[in-house]
Amino acid sequence: MEDFVYFFTFQDPSIAWVVLGITLLGVGSAYVGTFSFLDKKALLGDAISHAVLPGICLGFVLAGEKNPVYIVTGAFLSGAVATFLSSWLKRNTKLSEDTIIATILSVFFGFGIVLLTALQKSGNPEVAGLNSFIFGNAIGISESDLLLYGGLALAIILVLTVALKEFRLMVFDPEFGKAIGFPMKAITFLFNVLMILAVVIGIQAIGVVLMAALLITPGAAARFWTDRLNPLLILAAFFSVVSGILGTYVSFVIPQMPTGPWVVVFLSLFAVVSFLVSPKSGMLFRYFARKKYLTKTHREHLLKALYKAKENGRPGLTIDEIYELYPFQKPETKQSITDLEKLNFIDKNQQIIDLTSKGVTEAMRVVRLHRLWELYLNESMNIAPDHVHDSAEQLEHLITPELEAMLEQRFNFPALDPHQEPIPRPEKK
Amino acid sequence: MSFDTNAFLIIFTGSLIAISCGFLGVFMMLRKMSMTGDAISHAVLPGIVIGFFVSGSQRSLEVIIGAGLLGILATLMIDWLRKKARVQLDASIGITFTLLFAIGIILVNVLAYKVDLDQECVLYGEIAYLPIDSWITQNGLNLGPRITWLAGLNFVFVCGFIYLLFKELALTSFDENFSSVMGLPSKGINLALMSIVSYTTVSSFESVGAILVVALLVVPPATAFLWTKSLIPLLKLTAVMGVLIALLGYYLAYWIDSSIAGMMVTVAGVFFLISALIHSKKPLWLRGTSPHAQPLELK
Repeated sequence: MEDFVYFFTFQDPSIAWVVLGITLLGVGSAYVGTFSFLDKKALLGDAISHAVLPGICLGFVLAGEKNPVYIVTGAFLSGAVATFLSSWLKRNTKLSEDTIIATILSVFFGFGIVLLTALQKSGNPEVAGLNSFIFGNAIGISESDLLLYGGLALAIILVLTVALKEFRLMVFDPEFGKAIGFPMKAITFLFNVLMILAVVIGIQAIGVVLMAALLITPGAAARFWTDRLNPLLILAAFFSVVSGILGTYVSFVIPQMPTGPWVVVFLSLFAVVSFLVSPKSGMLFRYFARKKYLTKTHREHLLKALYKAKENGRPGLTIDEIYELYPFQKPETKQSITDLEKLNFIDKNQQIIDLTSKGVTEAMRVVRLHRLWELYLNESMNIAPDHVHDSAEQLEHLITPELEAMLEQRFNFPALDPHQEPIPRPEKK
Repeated sequence: MSFDTNAFLIIFTGSLIAISCGFLGVFMMLRKMSMTGDAISHAVLPGIVIGFFVSGSQRSLEVIIGAGLLGILATLMIDWLRKKARVQLDASIGITFTLLFAIGIILVNVLAYKVDLDQECVLYGEIAYLPIDSWITQNGLNLGPRITWLAGLNFVFVCGFIYLLFKELALTSFDENFSSVMGLPSKGINLALMSIVSYTTVSSFESVGAILVVALLVVPPATAFLWTKSLIPLLKLTAVMGVLIALLGYYLAYWIDSSIAGMMVTVAGVFFLISALIHSKKPLWLRGTSPHAQPLELK
């Protein structure tokens, strides 16, 4: 608890700096990542983040020490080479995109490992710090590093905000952008530059292997909550910043814990929660919506069966007869009967179930929609009368009052459906 | 140069691993699942750590079982994210492997005092120590390096798997719908392939490291694919390349004193780049009026 207060009140200026850095970094990479996610190029970020390793090593060799400027430049250049190579290979060979990305990723990383091992064997004591690039350590970032990384992150955020319209075009409709005169190639190039930059500044905190998560996961998680670009970007940035701060907190409390993995775990937590509970596209929501719809259709089928029994001059159906109508669905049928009783649509009279007057009106509505649709299919779509039942069986639950009125008008309130059965309407008072 | 047993053993083991990975990689590539292979090789890490923690040794069955289970879990998770949660494929791969790998790294750190498992060892392995690590039976009989035996066993498994299921693998790779119509359990075959990929990853991670396994899975098949289109030559070329990269990788690494596994991948990358340059669409000024315009010869 003490740690918690100490950390979150930012008494320690170095903590404040690190949190500021992580925030900027999170916002920057979430922005870039969301665009690349929408562009279906999420894994290119993974390839770039592995590909910067040789650049980091070369930058280190040239500077002779852990100089952030050399390292960032080296990382940027090798990321750029990887990006260029992947688009060149895609244009000029028959290899599929995922093969190209996996190839670039592993070859660059392998080469990076060769350089790293050679450096480690050279005995330079400064080399030890290079390992933090693989797993990341946000707490270990010095203030001068932070100035560089934070400044770059700020630059990324600014460019993306200023040129939001152009990047929106690039993601959603590049052909249209080209047609109305935007230099789409230059915009794509600029975007690639921003993406490489985001990766380069991220690896210090998150590490080479896990940087992909910082690009992909926030966008994917936020996508479940909204369909609009601006809220999407804001939400992705929010997820990313919160996970970043939580991850830093964990590695502050337990010093031997690397930051990167914890950030990723928190991010994934956000993502999984989003997949499950978000309204409209979440799994739970879809599950319940489907269940609700299924009970509704079953209820309406039951009403229809009772109405047909009435048409045939019977007083109602016994419970056993109803169960026999829907074999293997006994619990659902039982549930429907209870629901209909509660809605006051049916009456239970000594094992015999009959429609109430309210139930008759509702049953008439369903039967009317069913038969109207059959008539429509038969008359207007030229489908044989013996083929129209199945479609009507589904559409009867979906047709809206507006559509019903249109169908009624079109056939001028017909009396019979294609099977010569009456189309029921409530009597006018 | 005199015959060097150690060098021979390392190159031999490297070739075995490269060939097994390459064979599996060919089918992964044909199924457009190269990145899934990448995901699996990252995702086995928590399984390795847990297996290691349970059994207390790197050489146990638990490690292999743990990693195998995690590999399958990763495949299922990608599938679940894509089909049930409706996340696009590339993002579901990215989310799955980063999460599982992060959990693995956290476990390594949590269990650090109990588990003598080095992050770096898991990541890039060290094939150079192979000759020291011998498999000695209880009566003190030295049977040679343990990793070579492991790689050999894995090689036998992979070859057996491909030999026995060749028809099924080929059919499901090229036309999954048709194979389903034919009554092949394409999902089951897919899972079997994924499990053997995870198994290969585990048995290779000590020597070449979890991440460089990806390179061996992807790069040789991709290179071979630039030269040929039919399946059998593809497999043969991949095997030849596996041996070549092990040979060159070892001597180059020896020469600049660096990681052998990393060097193998670098050599593979160079092969790939050269092949890509040869087989890419040439710019107009290079094409000129060269024999490219001639019709293909019929065999």
